[in-house]
Amino acid sequence: MALLSTHALDFERPIIELEKKITELKALSATGSVDVSAEIGKLEKKAKKLQSEIFTDLTRWQRVQLSRHPGRPYFLDYVQALFTDYCELAGDRAFAEDAALIGGFARFDGQPVLVLGHQKGRSTKENMVRNFGMPRPEGYRKARRLMELAERFERPILTFVDTSGAYPGIGSEERGQAEAIAVNLEVMAALKVPIISTVVGEGGSGGALAIGVGNRVLMLENSTYSVISPEGCSSILYRDASKAERAAESLKLTAKDLKAFEVIDEVLPEPAGGAHRDPAATAQTVGAALRRHLQQLRVLKPSALVADRYRKFRAMGVFAGAAERA
Amino acid sequence: MRSTKPRMPAWFSKKPKIAQPGSPETEPSRMEGLWVKCDECNEILYRAELEKVFNVCPHCNHHMAWPARQRLLATVDPGTFEEMDRELEPLDPLGFVDNKKYRDRVKSTRKAIGENDAFLSGLGKIEGAPVSLGAFVFEFMGGSMGSVVGEKVTRVFERAHDLRCPAILFSASGGARMQEGIFSLMQMAKTSAAIARFREIRRPFISVLLHPTTGGVAASFSWLGDVIFAEPKALIGFAGPRVIEQTIRQKLPEGFQRSEFLLEHGMIDGIVQRKDLRAKLAQVVKLLS
Repeated sequence: MALLSTHALDFERPIIELEKKITELKALSATGSVDVSAEIGKLEKKAKKLQSEIFTDLTRWQRVQLSRHPGRPYFLDYVQALFTDYCELAGDRAFAEDAALIGGFARFDGQPVLVLGHQKGRSTKENMVRNFGMPRPEGYRKARRLMELAERFERPILTFVDTSGAYPGIGSEERGQAEAIAVNLEVMAALKVPIISTVVGEGGSGGALAIGVGNRVLMLENSTYSVISPEGCSSILYRDASKAERAAESLKLTAKDLKAFEVIDEVLPEPAGGAHRDPAATAQTVGAALRRHLQQLRVLKPSALVADRYRKFRAMGVFAGAAERA
Repeated sequence: MRSTKPRMPAWFSKKPKIAQPGSPETEPSRMEGLWVKCDECNEILYRAELEKVFNVCPHCNHHMAWPARQRLLATVDPGTFEEMDRELEPLDPLGFVDNKKYRDRVKSTRKAIGENDAFLSGLGKIEGAPVSLGAFVFEFMGGSMGSVVGEKVTRVFERAHDLRCPAILFSASGGARMQEGIFSLMQMAKTSAAIARFREIRRPFISVLLHPTTGGVAASFSWLGDVIFAEPKALIGFAGPRVIEQTIRQKLPEGFQRSEFLLEHGMIDGIVQRKDLRAKLAQVVKLLS
């Protein structure tokens, strides 16, 4: 819980303070000197009420902050909670291994599947290795390699999206970041196995979409998915990255927004106070949704799976004029 | 929240030279009037002469912007271009407002430029061979891709698929259009899926990258060409140079992300002078279909 109090978001702070007080009182009552159980009960009720008040009406910017919360469960937390027999496979066979986008085969309810996801680090040291969950081209090329393996061995693909974006650097450009992402989009569109993509944190633009072309696209309640970060958007529009809050509102990037736009299939509810308050319960919600959707997709023939994905993405877009081609 | 993360990679950011939203309405076109100044060597050029050489500076070979419609007409055999999907127009699904409403921005840009959105497409013939083709209108909001551009690109490939003919695209774009939010992002998946399907007919898709091609357009159909050519010295890449400089806190080397750099790094098939482009396209179309 240390992570929660040191990384508390501004709007979480009143709740955290109250909880701290409760913990103190509990310690006091454990010593047996005074009876404060009535007081504790009152405070616990108050904390619960406060939390539901704050969390029923979160702004988009608050959800952006929650989607980036350092205590939020990451890809490997889901692997640990939901899969057995995880066998991580490394490298793009051309240039390097990329620890920001990882995956391998594992068992889900005993059935072999490919799991693949962006991985952020918990500590500064780990983040150096994970590059803050921002993949380089080799990460996307490894992802493609693994997805093609999954197709060859007829294993469903479950991807977990959580990145602020693909890494913009000199090496990334030299080795074709744009090409690596583009190829993944095309390859995923044509894979003959079920694909379910779940946005569990940040869905940062093309770097997220590059493992997001699924038959089903699910989002956790406080995750976001956007064409550009609020900071990037505000620095272009207002020449000022500090107006990110305003940009977040304009971009309509929450799970609820995207469900209303029919861009995603389902919003997965998070525990009270957000996924970081109860990672185990969050994983169970994700697991149950994956199980349900996988069951529906498993009965489809390979050609039907490709057709299903094509229909889904072909329909995306809002414009005026003939909806049918002349 | 602690600053445990670096700045967000705003890879749709446009580099300074790229037109910002709004500029087409306010700045008079460089191409207006009888005389034109080359923005590379500053030579004053007679406009009528310049147009004869496809807007390439005769003094320094600088490939200036070339309007999409002129480019398409000059690419196909005379009288064969038939524009398609012209009636498609952008809507405003997000109700996006910055310092101007998106709707108003579209309206004024359309009035200034005379095109409905940032992409023109149709059918034509190259040395007698039918092709399905399209080109970006960079002057329209930086050639950004929203739903209309994505739909038109998709239809270029679907039409090519149905007619079993090659597809040719000329890209010049700052990337996805942020005013259409997630719908713009999804155009990357939609167009790439259309290409996956187009591959079945085994006809070539030739992608020509122009100055500049970045962001979500570079990271989807533009880089999926069976054959990829670029015009000289075009800026082509994933992230814009400003974003990279901000991320790595270093100045970028001279020539970074230019066509010549990409060729050297094995990311494109070749650099083609504008005057040779039509012949090169015809050659590849014939070799591969």
